[in-house]
Amino acid sequence: MPDYILTTSPQMAKRHARHSRFQWYGRLAIAISISFMLLMFTAIFARGTGAFQKTMIAVDVEFTESVIDPKGTRVEMDLKQGNYKPLILSGLQQVVTGATERKDRNRLYKLVSGGAVFDLGERVAAKPDMIGTTQRVWIAASSEVDLYIKGKVDPESDEAVRRLKDQDIAWVKLLQEDGRVKRKFNRVFFTSGDSRAPEMAGILSAALGSFFSLLVCFLIAFPLGILTAVYLEEYAKKNRLTNLIEVNINNLAAVPSIVFGLLGLAVFLNFFNLPRSTPLVGGMVLALMTLPTIIIASRSILRSIPQTTRDAAMGLGASKTQTTFHHVVPLAMPGMLTGTILGMARALGETAPLLMIGMVAFIVDVPKGVTDVATSLPVQIFLWADSPEKGFVELTSAAIMVLLVFLILMNLFAVYLRRRLERRW
Amino acid sequence: MSDSRDFTLRRSNRRNQIKEYAIQAVLMACSFVAIFTTIGIVASLAFEAYRFFGRIPLADFLFGLEWSPQTAMRADQVGASGKFGVLPLLSGTLLISFIAMCVATPLGILSAVYLAEFARPKTRNIIKPMLELLAGIPTVVYGFFAALVVAPIIRSMGSGAGFQISSESALAAGLVMGIMLVPFISSLSDDVINAVPQALRDASYGMGATETETITKVVLPAATPGIIGSLLLAVSRAIGETMIVVMAAGLAANLTANPFEAVTTMTVQIVTLLTGDQEFDSAKTLAAFAIALFLLVLTLGLNIVALRIVDKYKRKYA
Amino acid sequence: MEKNMTEETAAQTDASTPIMTARGVDVFYGKKQAIKNVSLDIPENQITALIGPSGCGKSTFLRCFNRMNDTIDSCRVTGDIQFAGQDIYAPKVDVVALRSRIGMVFQKANPFPKSIFDNVAYGPKIHGLSKSKDHLEDIVITSLRRAGLYDEVSDRLDEPGTSLSGGQQQRLCIARAIAVDPQIILMDEPCSALDPIATAIIENLMDSMKEKYTIVIVTHSMQQAARVSQQTAFFHLGELVESGETESIFTNPEQERTQNYISGRIG
Repeated sequence: MPDYILTTSPQMAKRHARHSRFQWYGRLAIAISISFMLLMFTAIFARGTGAFQKTMIAVDVEFTESVIDPKGTRVEMDLKQGNYKPLILSGLQQVVTGATERKDRNRLYKLVSGGAVFDLGERVAAKPDMIGTTQRVWIAASSEVDLYIKGKVDPESDEAVRRLKDQDIAWVKLLQEDGRVKRKFNRVFFTSGDSRAPEMAGILSAALGSFFSLLVCFLIAFPLGILTAVYLEEYAKKNRLTNLIEVNINNLAAVPSIVFGLLGLAVFLNFFNLPRSTPLVGGMVLALMTLPTIIIASRSILRSIPQTTRDAAMGLGASKTQTTFHHVVPLAMPGMLTGTILGMARALGETAPLLMIGMVAFIVDVPKGVTDVATSLPVQIFLWADSPEKGFVELTSAAIMVLLVFLILMNLFAVYLRRRLERRW
Repeated sequence: MSDSRDFTLRRSNRRNQIKEYAIQAVLMACSFVAIFTTIGIVASLAFEAYRFFGRIPLADFLFGLEWSPQTAMRADQVGASGKFGVLPLLSGTLLISFIAMCVATPLGILSAVYLAEFARPKTRNIIKPMLELLAGIPTVVYGFFAALVVAPIIRSMGSGAGFQISSESALAAGLVMGIMLVPFISSLSDDVINAVPQALRDASYGMGATETETITKVVLPAATPGIIGSLLLAVSRAIGETMIVVMAAGLAANLTANPFEAVTTMTVQIVTLLTGDQEFDSAKTLAAFAIALFLLVLTLGLNIVALRIVDKYKRKYA
Repeated sequence: MEKNMTEETAAQTDASTPIMTARGVDVFYGKKQAIKNVSLDIPENQITALIGPSGCGKSTFLRCFNRMNDTIDSCRVTGDIQFAGQDIYAPKVDVVALRSRIGMVFQKANPFPKSIFDNVAYGPKIHGLSKSKDHLEDIVITSLRRAGLYDEVSDRLDEPGTSLSGGQQQRLCIARAIAVDPQIILMDEPCSALDPIATAIIENLMDSMKEKYTIVIVTHSMQQAARVSQQTAFFHLGELVESGETESIFTNPEQERTQNYISGRIG
């Protein structure tokens, strides 16, 4: 019998080496994608976490009646709009004694947020007794001081290129030595709308805009989506009309999202004259965009329901409609809901179509309904990312973190629904 | 048996019958929304584009080498001095898409091959959701990252190597868009690779081929049509992608193939033309619809071809 | 071990030296045992048929011979299988080398979606068997001849292999296996998807092939086993019930179970 060698020859060793090399290419490809993702998350987290805290400065404010309410009427409106600037300034000057010249006074006042006067106005209006007393009040620092305190301004860098000059830094240090600087949770970020000043800007109006848009989107897309899926799977006969509908749905799924925005602009805004920049129109556009996703997902769920379920119901003399809506749809509901939520999660991150219908405005007020002018979280991110002010980088990153948290929650909810309600057969 | 039993097979209840039909009609009406949406898109784009071509000749749009709509800002200048040549936008779009595909194609296909053929179920169960997460990140986030992190890195690397890279380069936008497309390509290709019958793999293993030989010489060639289909779908996505390019690519309509220069794309111009405050009837705003129509034709064409290929492929192994 | 084995083999074979021997082979899928303690010899240049009712483990056993079971994660093989005196499950054995010695033809013809030529050339190419283009062409043509297919396809070698009829496809797969120049060809129910005429062609082909190759065939058809094989092994519920010369198994089985199966009472 000839000697058949079964061990690895040098030529085979080469082939095996090629195989393990190829496997490493695969690992490398995955590693690149995933490390890119991690890099992106780290970059955003590193920049964004700061925004959840803001710097406050303690100022001893003497609430002088002659400045706040010279007529002594105590009318709320007047109290709110009183002239608090000199009070804050003199409070600061108690610590920073050197700043007496006009130019210096202006610079000194810039250490606190431009919104501080409104803040004081609110407090006095809420408690008019304060007038005539002197109180230590914590007021928001300006964005530049905030960034300095968070270590994001390099005091060694060229003075010409930074907004916070050496003089300002020296003053901040004086305040710090006096224990008048601290960082606290940035409530404003979650409770107010947009602002030109980073330290006063928040995501509430954008978040609510997103919420209202998604609400409209859900109310339109969910029923339309599942009913279409039910029609196509349970009722439609195979004919040219059905085929046309199917081709349409598949093609719509591939239309770039920005085109849906143009549809909204041309049809909803210009033709039907619906209110511009509102969650109503935004939700409608998002609904049309998510519809194909929901239909395709729902159809695959309906298809997975065994024919025996239908046969059983039909065999008892149930009509087509009874069979469908008493037996098939309830079984498919969890899956269809899951598909809808995943579609809505995509809609939540969508930006381009909303730009087209004008949900890109500067929104300070919090929207109260679907017909109020609003923006949305991703659009707010886009707007802030475009702002030249350095303080907005932090806010943009923080807003992205909030958006990602919402997206993850929606996805987890979908997974939970699927696990909890899905039936096995 | 009593006589009262009714053995008629007639349709006894007309009201039930009507109800059935009514419900069916409602369901059918719902499914027409998809058709109406398509009609709405095509009609609105075509109508506005038609008005645009009333002012700017179609040939100037399709073959014009210059894009500078800003010069037509004033009403009395409409159509006279604005340059509406779409080619610089097309070239910018294609340049960025090309860069993106250069990144996404090898990464996507290699990832898919690894997941489908090599990875143990445990590894697969960890990596697949991570790639899905990558796919679920909103594009505005990618855009922010491209503009804030990737573009400066590329620029400093360029100046380190001694050449000038624009701060809004096609390269930054393309690279990031490429990563965005990786999960898209890998999940489609994964499906396609899994659809290749095990019998072909067995035949190859049975002859003493290594796993890599089986994949590169049998599985991938068999899956090629499907993979090409998924790549075309990815290209169609890249062309229609908006936020990454709006945030990272820029507005300069340069007719160039240099990835280090700033270019603009069709989607960027649509956004720019329509987010300003101008009246709706100017050639500038109408131009946005003409570009969008062009974009729609391009992406839908790609998509239809891609779906055909994938369909044919699936039927082959069904 | 080796001594022990020579004794056993000496006891079992008479006609020819075994090229393959299996001793005490167990196969598990996860916790389920598919093959229980099977010992069998495969004599050289003969056709050995593995028969038995479906699900009896004959295919699983066949796939042990060229370690095709390695591709199934949950599958575990224990016991001793030797090819030309070497333990094929030894750590130093390269499956690539093993499978180039022991080829396989599957139940359903599975030509690659390539041309007829490339299908046959695939093996020689990956194993680097051809020195030149002409040589490769030689190998392909010889293999197609040996598989009895050349005359039918000589004028269309660049057409896809999938365009052939079922029987031709299966012969193409045989040609593909031959092209690597193996010593043994394993056939897993190669005719089960074919019509009687195509089956007859392949059976004739096998008969002429045994001059050069050793063939192990799994078949669910007893008539086929009787027609083509010299040795037969009968499997039932994962056990080897009986093995020996085909003639004696079919005319004079020792075991009652074999008798029952052959006469159609189980299966």
